Amino acid sequence: MTRYFTQDHEWIDVDGTSGVVGITDYAQSQLGDITYVDLPAAGTTVKKGDAPCVVDSVKAASDVYSPVSGTITAANDALGDAPETVNTDPETGGWLFRIDLSDASELDGLMDQAAYDAYVAEL
Amino acid sequence: MGEVHSINDEEAVELEVLTLPLDAWHRAHGGRMVEFAGYWMPVQYAGIIAEHLWTRESAGLFDVSHMGQLFISGEGVEAALEAVLPIDLGTLKPFGPRYSLLLDESGGVLDDLMVTRWNSGFYLVVNGATKWDDIGHLRESLPDEVTINHLDDSALLALQGPKAFAALERVVTGEYPLSALTFMKGGQFKIDGVDAWISRSGYTGEDGFEIAIPAVDAERVADLICAQPEVKPIGLGARDSLRLEAGLPLYGHDLSPETSPVEAGLLFGINKRRRSEGGFPGAERILREIAEGTARKWVGLVLEGRQAAREGATVHLGAEQVGVVTSGGFSPSREQPIAMAYVASAHAAPGTKLEIEVRGKRLAAEVVSTPFVPHRYFRGA
Repeated sequence: MTRYFTQDHEWIDVDGTSGVVGITDYAQSQLGDITYVDLPAAGTTVKKGDAPCVVDSVKAASDVYSPVSGTITAANDALGDAPETVNTDPETGGWLFRIDLSDASELDGLMDQAAYDAYVAEL
Repeated sequence: MGEVHSINDEEAVELEVLTLPLDAWHRAHGGRMVEFAGYWMPVQYAGIIAEHLWTRESAGLFDVSHMGQLFISGEGVEAALEAVLPIDLGTLKPFGPRYSLLLDESGGVLDDLMVTRWNSGFYLVVNGATKWDDIGHLRESLPDEVTINHLDDSALLALQGPKAFAALERVVTGEYPLSALTFMKGGQFKIDGVDAWISRSGYTGEDGFEIAIPAVDAERVADLICAQPEVKPIGLGARDSLRLEAGLPLYGHDLSPETSPVEAGLLFGINKRRRSEGGFPGAERILREIAEGTARKWVGLVLEGRQAAREGATVHLGAEQVGVVTSGGFSPSREQPIAMAYVASAHAAPGTKLEIEVRGKRLAAEVVSTPFVPHRYFRGA
């Protein structure tokens, strides 16, 4: 399994053609208290850069962009009762949705952990 | 993730962002600074929900030095101010702030403000984002004999919450005790030797105080107040969620030149004598609206579920759009989304079931009477 990052602060863990998407710890710290997550339905087809998911904080609603194109296969329904998990455990338990990748070559444009850490350090 | 559209975006100016007297103090206390009304201001320290709940149960210190503090004086100042504001200065006793409205000729709201009678003139506190326009408008409207003094060497703090009195009483001295102040009364005190104008007022629905002090002493006073065990610093994020729960309007969102104070339910800002006499900007429309009613009203809405509706979301009854949200968000005290909206008067009664459209989805909502969280002002023992 390999983890990639976007410049918009999503992460995706990829295993073959299957991915799990969430937002980074940096992203949750910028958003503040998360009060609701609007999760996508399984079966939804998305293109890279689409926003199938919305994270609501006290301050604002923010789009979560899909790092890759594909079909959403599941969402983290546990966030319905506990959206704050995205604050407390953003890069593990606070995952948002699973996706079947339709074009693995899209991963080439994403960052690895070291590159993302360097990117965030510059912000 | 998308750009975080925070509450400061609309007030952001392209000019250089200015700093306030407590800028370094906020940063040292872990405040996350954002641009608001042309200044760097703390949006949060520990987190909006924690700060919000702390203010409701203990006491929070807010820096509101971005607001405009004006002193208006000179020959004929009373008559001149009454020509600009729908206030009855004949009933305004010294040292107690009163809510008033700066209106344009068609009755639209240019700003909302507090007016206090001091010994030799009137002390006004206006919104930060509008203060330069307000000063220009007042200068244009008031005769030359009336002087407008912008007190920009004064910082303004607010200490709000059920334990605000206990914390502040410990650090103030004065000719009379702090307990002499009840809601909407003010007086001159000292905090650690610093001259402080204190009124028992605020923007959270809680008991609390607003404290004007010289900017040069602001850090020392903020340190002293924050050293009290009841007090933590609170950012703009919680200030917004607290005022929303209190059902209080925010200029530029709930009030604008496109809204009238009658629609907004701010009749208390138009004093009784002025309602019969008129003689203030926009009086014709406002007196007519008082007599005949308005086509829409500003109401509170409670949403089902957890998804919030924000400013600009449309309000529907079946196929018909009947309103638009002006402020909305998650209520930390009620643990549910709440909103304020202008809604057609026919559908504005508490209990009316409506829907709010958010990102293509219809969310169920119900009109409720406001405040969403009861006010706890101290009106006397």
